Amino acid sequence: MKASRTASNIVAYIILVLISIIWLFPFVGIVLQSFRSYRPEVEYGGMVDYLIPKTFSLDNYRFLFSSQTNFVKWYGNTIIIALVVAVIQTIIVLCVSYALSRMRFKGRTLLMRFWLILGMFPGFLTMICLYFLLKQFGLTQAGAVPGLILVSCASSGMGYYVCKGFFDTIPKSLDEAARLDGASRARIFLTMTIPMSKPIIIYTALVAFMGPWCDYVFASYVAFGHDESYNVAVGMTRWVWTNDYQGYFTRFCAGGVLVAIPVTILFMALQRYYVEGVTGGAVKG
Amino acid sequence: MGKEIANAFKEIGLAFKDGGFKTRISYLFLGLGQILRGQWLKGISFLALEAGFIFYMIKYGVSYLSKLRTLGDVETHKEGRITVYGDNSFLILLFGVLTIIIIFAFIFLWWLNIHDNYEMDRFAKIGKPLKTNKQVFMSLFDSNFDKTLLFLPMAGIFIFTVLPIIFMICVAFTNYDKNHQAPTNLFTWVGLENFQKIINFGSAGFGSTFFRVLGWTLVWAFFATFIDYFLGLAVAILINKKGVKFKKLWRTILVLTIAVPQFVSLLYVMKLFANDGLINGWLLKLHLISSPIQFWVNPVLARITIIGVNVWIGIPYLMLIATGLLMNIPEDLYESAKIDGATGWQMFKSITLPYMLFVTGPFLLTQFTNNLNNFNVIFLLTQGKPQSMSLANNAGSTDLLVTWLYKMTVNETNYRMAAVIGIMVFIVTAVVSLVVYNMLPSVKDEEGFQ
Repeated sequence: MKASRTASNIVAYIILVLISIIWLFPFVGIVLQSFRSYRPEVEYGGMVDYLIPKTFSLDNYRFLFSSQTNFVKWYGNTIIIALVVAVIQTIIVLCVSYALSRMRFKGRTLLMRFWLILGMFPGFLTMICLYFLLKQFGLTQAGAVPGLILVSCASSGMGYYVCKGFFDTIPKSLDEAARLDGASRARIFLTMTIPMSKPIIIYTALVAFMGPWCDYVFASYVAFGHDESYNVAVGMTRWVWTNDYQGYFTRFCAGGVLVAIPVTILFMALQRYYVEGVTGGAVKG
Repeated sequence: MGKEIANAFKEIGLAFKDGGFKTRISYLFLGLGQILRGQWLKGISFLALEAGFIFYMIKYGVSYLSKLRTLGDVETHKEGRITVYGDNSFLILLFGVLTIIIIFAFIFLWWLNIHDNYEMDRFAKIGKPLKTNKQVFMSLFDSNFDKTLLFLPMAGIFIFTVLPIIFMICVAFTNYDKNHQAPTNLFTWVGLENFQKIINFGSAGFGSTFFRVLGWTLVWAFFATFIDYFLGLAVAILINKKGVKFKKLWRTILVLTIAVPQFVSLLYVMKLFANDGLINGWLLKLHLISSPIQFWVNPVLARITIIGVNVWIGIPYLMLIATGLLMNIPEDLYESAKIDGATGWQMFKSITLPYMLFVTGPFLLTQFTNNLNNFNVIFLLTQGKPQSMSLANNAGSTDLLVTWLYKMTVNETNYRMAAVIGIMVFIVTAVVSLVVYNMLPSVKDEEGFQ
């Protein structure tokens, strides 16, 4: 019995180590290749058949912070978008979830069903229409950053499921007791429900913050041709797709490392809340 | 629902019959009844909205509505050397739709105003005092707090989701494409022509391409959902296994793929599998192959590689969920199974799996519909390539309906067909959701595992 358990544990460890290697390989690769210089006199910056650079250099990172590229500007744009979207989206989701979870008003189920149906339309369907709307307000090209913030925040009310599921688990008797003491709905919401909802607030804000870092499609459409208002995804994707043979691959790796570090650290620090939110959301459906 | 509407209509008549002068005057001047009763906060709001409505209709609404039938008939043309702009079909359609919605909203507002007046009439009859203006205002933070909370989110959803979706549904019935670009050219209604085109198998039709892309979309969603699900479950069980140490370390390693932005990791993986990428480079150097494996060039191989890479993305996510749920399975179920001499596989088959499927049924469904629209993975890895001569309109072998829609919008500016595909995606998603939802064990039998 004991021998078979040890044997099965050894098999388990072997599988886990193999999995870890597969999962870590791309990340190790991206870090290592970011230290390979793109300058032809040092090394070739395109695609090569070895992982570890022959000479370690910081050329790629120097390039990112030089005036040859707007990388710093893109980075700033992305941080601004991510921060503002995280704050506004969290507020909106909290408001919608509270109203749908705690208040009973006419048309409540109708509204929820309507939003569910709306969600079944593919998001990119409305791209040209949104572009046109933004253009009317001057929020494309040079104004793409506020434009993207507006679009990401405007429809965020429909993503209330996880948060409402959390509010539903807070006993209603608490609300009723506070109402008997004469507290208004607004007061209950602000001074009771919100302080109790720290995990779900962190989850919502974290997910909202991480979204803009990956936003390629709509961002590239809205900012088209205006380099200064790109975000990192738009700017760096171009390096991979069009300029690969001029050695932009290693510069992409270096940029990727700089993008991944803060987001990954933040995510790892708040991982507990993310797991709670995701698991809760999955069971609630 | 029907009954409520009937009652609302009845109330319009009753209020006019029973109501006094103040109620009747507000049929024409919204809010005047309230103002005459001293309810100036509500009254002025109603009156201002009515004024805004009339202003909008005179300034824009009427002219757009009148052109909505043809979507404009004055072409942009040149007079001598000056360009004279004609009608803009895009604007006419967008504002035409908006105007219709505004008219319905105004009718609702009008009814609300009558309803409010009628109620105040009845209050007066039984001698009940009306709310003061302050009470009306303060109710926005108490009994009417839902309206305060939902106003901005709903306005945002209306302008940036509802209106554009209705607009695009309308576009599916027009000939808005690269030959009919507003504002230079007009576009107009063409009825069901676009829908006929998408199911037309002739040389001019999109039929064969559409059904091939749809087929791959469904196959992809099926594999992406279930392979990830079962492998994720397996990994979670492996990490949870008694005697396996460093549980947290294994989980953290896996979770990295969620933490790192997908455009970084997926683009890197894309290059990893490229013909001149690291994997092919190594294999060539070791003389295991003589020419690069065409990961992204061979259609079948590209599809398999995409599903494989998606496993890399998907497992950590499912591992997290499964880990949380596995802990909820009562330990004594396993204990008693062990006493009965069940093997590990038997326990998995008859305890773990049924429980997991029961609890995560709705989640699997949302995963499936999300995968139907999984833009990022496909777009960052292949952009729908490899292209194929046998597919119409630039569709590639790994294109999903959504990525095809994207190409149709951005590269081809074929908005009419993009709109049709969007509607098709909606129909597929809705049908799958409805059919599967009603088959779910947790829906059919809520008590199942409690």
